[in-house]
Amino acid sequence: MKNYDIVVIGGGPAGLAAAIEAKKQGIKKVLVIERDIELGGILQQCIHNGFGVHIFKEELTGPEYAQRYINMAREENIELLMDTIVTSITKDKRVRATNCGGILDIQAKAIVLTMGCRERTRGACAIPGDRPSGVLTAGAAQRFINIEGYNVGKKVIILGAGDIGMIMARRIVLEGGEVIAVLARGNIVKGLTRNIVQCLDHYNIPLLMNHNIIEIKGKERMTSVVVAQTDERKDVIPGTEKEYECDTLLLSVGLIPENELSRQAGIIIDRKTSGPVVNESMETSVEGIFASGNVVHVHDVVDFVTEESCRAGRNAARYVKGEISAESEAMNVVVSGGLSYCVPHKIRLSAMPDKMDLFLRVEDIYPEAKIVIKNQGKELARFKKTHLTPGEMIKQTVVKALFKDCKGDLEITLEVEGGKK
Amino acid sequence: MEKDLVCIVCPIGCRLKITGSIEKMVVSGGKCTKAIGYAHDELTNPTRMICTTARIKGGIHKVIPVKTDKPIRDEFKFDVVEEVNKLNLVSPVKMGDIVIANVCGTDVNIVAERDM
Amino acid sequence: MYDIAIIGAGVIGSAVARELSRYKLKILVLEKELDACVGTSKANSGIVHAGYDPEKHTLMAKLNADGNKAYDKLAKELSVPFKRNGSLVVAFDDEQLAHIMKLYERGIENGIPKLRIIGHAELLKLEPNINPEAKGALLAETAGVVDPMLLTISLLENAVMNGAECKFDFEVKSITPENGGYTLKSDTESVSAKFVVNAGGVYSDKINDMVAPPRFKVNPRRGHYFLLDKSEEGIVKHTVFPCPTKIGKGILVAPTAHGNIILGPASDDIDDRENLGTSEDCLNLVRKGARLLVAKATTRNAIRVFAGMRAEPDTDDFIIEEAKGAKNFLNIAGIKSPGLTAMPAIAEYAVNLLKDMGLSLEKNKKFNPIVERSLFIDLSEKEQAKLIKKNPLYGRIICRCENITEGDIVDAVNRPMGATTVDGVKRRCRAGMGRCQGGFCGPKVQEILSRELNKPLDSVVLEKKSSFILTGKTK
Repeated sequence: MKNYDIVVIGGGPAGLAAAIEAKKQGIKKVLVIERDIELGGILQQCIHNGFGVHIFKEELTGPEYAQRYINMAREENIELLMDTIVTSITKDKRVRATNCGGILDIQAKAIVLTMGCRERTRGACAIPGDRPSGVLTAGAAQRFINIEGYNVGKKVIILGAGDIGMIMARRIVLEGGEVIAVLARGNIVKGLTRNIVQCLDHYNIPLLMNHNIIEIKGKERMTSVVVAQTDERKDVIPGTEKEYECDTLLLSVGLIPENELSRQAGIIIDRKTSGPVVNESMETSVEGIFASGNVVHVHDVVDFVTEESCRAGRNAARYVKGEISAESEAMNVVVSGGLSYCVPHKIRLSAMPDKMDLFLRVEDIYPEAKIVIKNQGKELARFKKTHLTPGEMIKQTVVKALFKDCKGDLEITLEVEGGKK
Repeated sequence: MEKDLVCIVCPIGCRLKITGSIEKMVVSGGKCTKAIGYAHDELTNPTRMICTTARIKGGIHKVIPVKTDKPIRDEFKFDVVEEVNKLNLVSPVKMGDIVIANVCGTDVNIVAERDM
Repeated sequence: MYDIAIIGAGVIGSAVARELSRYKLKILVLEKELDACVGTSKANSGIVHAGYDPEKHTLMAKLNADGNKAYDKLAKELSVPFKRNGSLVVAFDDEQLAHIMKLYERGIENGIPKLRIIGHAELLKLEPNINPEAKGALLAETAGVVDPMLLTISLLENAVMNGAECKFDFEVKSITPENGGYTLKSDTESVSAKFVVNAGGVYSDKINDMVAPPRFKVNPRRGHYFLLDKSEEGIVKHTVFPCPTKIGKGILVAPTAHGNIILGPASDDIDDRENLGTSEDCLNLVRKGARLLVAKATTRNAIRVFAGMRAEPDTDDFIIEEAKGAKNFLNIAGIKSPGLTAMPAIAEYAVNLLKDMGLSLEKNKKFNPIVERSLFIDLSEKEQAKLIKKNPLYGRIICRCENITEGDIVDAVNRPMGATTVDGVKRRCRAGMGRCQGGFCGPKVQEILSRELNKPLDSVVLEKKSSFILTGKTK
C-alpha cells in the first residue's frame, strides 16, 4: 500500500490544474494517474485554436494549452503514473490501479476525480439501418486524423451540430475530404457560435437545422444515409426523405460524464448533469472526494474546466490540511424557469469564499433574460444576460455577502423578457 | 450596406449588424470594441488560423500538430496545408519551433503546437 | 481429398466440426465470411430454452430437450459463460393463463424437468419489476442464457485444435459430384470431399439446390434487439417472455450471460438474406413490448441496437437428413429457434446420421475437449498479479468499459483460429462490447491487430471483407 496526500484520477486539463493547484497550496505528495501514454487528455487531439482566451488572454490550440500545464506540472514535481488505469475507488479513499508493472493499491487522504467524459454512440441514439463500418463518433475520428494520422472517410455526413462535429467538418475538408452537411437534430445548435462561423460558414459546409438520419445503408462499408426533416417534436416529416451517398457518418450527439468509478464509491450522481453532485468546494457527496471538469458537467470552454479544477485542487488541499470548515448546513441550489442546472449543487456558507463562480446552463435560446437568485421567496440579486444558448455555459460570479442569513434552498431562476426566441 | 456577422474574437460570439459603407462602417451589437476591428477585417481582408498536422519521425506519434503563428489570408488556406503535408520532421521538436518559415510567401510561419 | 466438408461456420457447422473432430477424419469447414459466427449465430437472444415450446414428437422437441441437458458440460469444456437463470412465460389474463397451462402440459410431454405454474404473488417475488398486472407465469428452471458468439467461436476453435481445417472467405458457388465425392468451388478456389454437410443457415436451401432437387425453402426473418448497459443489471433475473403468439415467442426481457439486459426480438420477414438492418417500426415494437412486460426495461440506457437473421424453414420442423438424390450429402437446415439450444444434440444426431450414411468413425485418441480461456478481469487478485508479472501486457487495460487488457486482445488474435477483424476480437474477448461500443478502444484494437498480424493499419476491417475503417494516411 502506497500513501499519498492527494490522488488525482485523470491527467487531462482538469486533473493537471487540480494537481498543480494542490501542490501550490503546499501539499507534498500529489499523484496524477493517467490512462494514456501522455498527459493532456482530449486536448491533444483538439489541434484547433480557441483555447485559453480567459486564462492566458490569447488563443492557444489544444496541444499548446495542454503543453503549458504539462510544463507547470513538471516544474511542480508532481508524481505521474502514465499508461495506468484506475479500476476502483472506495469511500475510504483507497485507489486501485493497474498498469504493466502490476496492480497498485494506494491510500489517499483526498481524491480528485477528473476522468472527463465520453461520447454518445450510435447504439445510444438507436439510428435504424445497416451496421456497416464508417459510422463513428466525431471524437474517435478526431483521434484517428489528428493523432494517428489516418483519414476515416472520403465523403462524410455529420449528425449533430456539437463542437467536435463542426470542428471535424473543417478538419476533414482541410485533409482533402468532402463534407456533405452537418445536421442539427432540432432548431438549436449545441456547439459554440464561433464554430458555426469558423468551421462551417468559412468552408461552405451546409448546416441543416431540424434534420435527422432515419436510415444507414451499406452491408460492409457505409454507402449512403437517408436524411429527413423533422418537426418541432423532432418527429420525421413524411415526404422529406432524401438519400445521400457517403462512406462515413460522424456522430456528434452528446457527451456523457464518465462516472463508473464515482458510482462504485457510492457518490451521488445528478440525473441532469450525469456527474457527481458537488458543493461550493467541488466536493462530492463523499467527504474528501472532489471532482471537477467534464466528469462533473460537460463544459464548452476549457478555461472554465481549469478554473473549476483549481477550485477542486485548492479545496482538496484545504481538506488534507484540515482547513475546510463545514459548520453551516449546505443550502441546495434549485434551478427553474429555463435553467437546466447549476454547479455547484450545494453551498455551505462557512466554506464559501468571498467570491465564487456559479456555472449555469439554459435549456433554450433566450436573446435576453435575467438570472434571479432568491431565498425563501426573497430576491437577493438579478443579473442581466443576453444571447443565452444551451451551447454556451453561463459563468456567474456571486459574492458571499449576498447569501448572508440565507436558509434552506437557494432558488435560481430565469426571468425572460420578450419571450423565447 | 447591411450585413450580419457573428463576432468570433472571443467565445461570447456577439451578433453584429454592419451598416454604412466599407469606408465608413457602423458596427452595432458588439460587447467590446474588438467587434469593430473584426467586422472591418472580415469584410475587407478575411484571415484564418490554420491548424493541421505534419509527419514526424521518432516521436510518440506519427504526426504532430502544427499551426500558422498568425492568421493568414483566407485564399491561402489550402495551399498552406499542402505545404505542410510535404514536411518530414524529426523528433525532438519543441512547442513554438518554426517548421516552415514564411509559408507560401505570406510572412506567416508554421510552428509546432507541442513538444514531441 | 477431405473426408468431409462442412459448409458454414455458424453454431451448427462449428458444433458438427467439433463433434467430428473426435474421430480420425480430415475435416474442412468452409465459410464465406472472414470469421466464424458472422451470420445467424451472432445475433439472437442467446437463450437456452427449457423445451416446452416444440410440439410433441417433433425432431425439435427431442433435440431441444437433449440439447438443453448437454449445456453445462459443453459450456464448461469450452470456457463459455452459461447460466441457468430460469425462464418465465407471463400471463396477463385467463386466456393466457390457459395457454401457459398448455405449454406446461406440453413441457411435461416433452420430458422437461423443473416446470411449474406460479401465481401472481410468487411471480412478483421472483421478479419485483414485472408488470404487476401479471396473473401468473410458467417457470422453467432449466432455461439458461449463454454467449452465443463465444460459444460458436469456441466450438470451431476446439475443432481446429483437434485437427479440423477452416477456409474463410470461401463462398461455395458450385458443388459437383466427382470421384465418388463432391467438388466445391468458390470464385477462386476448389476443394473436394467425400462427404458434405450443409450448415449454410439462411442459404441452406440454395446450397441443397446446387446438388439436389429443391425440397425446402428457407425464408429469411429479421429479429430486432436492444442491448442495455450493465448499469441495468438486475431489472430481471429470469428470461421473461410474454405469452407466445402464432408468429413467435414474443418480445422478451432477459439478462445476458455477461450481465447486460437484452430486449427483443421484433421480427419481420424480408427478401434479402443479407439484410441485417434495423427498422424504426420494429425497434418501436421492441420498446413497446419490453415496457409492457417490465416497466423499467426502457431503452434510455441502450448501448446497441441490432437485427439478426433467422432461417425460417417452410417445414414445421428442423430438416436434418441426407439430401434426396445426393448421396453422402447431409442437410442441416431450417435451424430456427430453439436451434441454439438444440445445437449439442443436433451435432450428435448429425454424426450418427453420417455414420449410417457410411462415414467411417475411428476414435481420435488425442481429442481434447477443453478450450482454456480466461480474461484478466475474471481472475483472482493473486492470479492477476502473477499474470502481469509473466506478461506485462495484461496490466494495460484497453477496453475500459469491460476491463479488457492488451494481453487479452493479443491472446484473442494469436490463439487457434484467432481474430483477424475488430468484431472478431470483440466476440472473443468483449473488447468494444461495452457502453462506449469501441469508441475509446477501437483504434487501439486496430493497432494491436495490425501489429500482431503484421499488416497495415488501414487494411484492418470491422467484420466483412470490405468493411474497412480507415481510408489511408493523412500524409
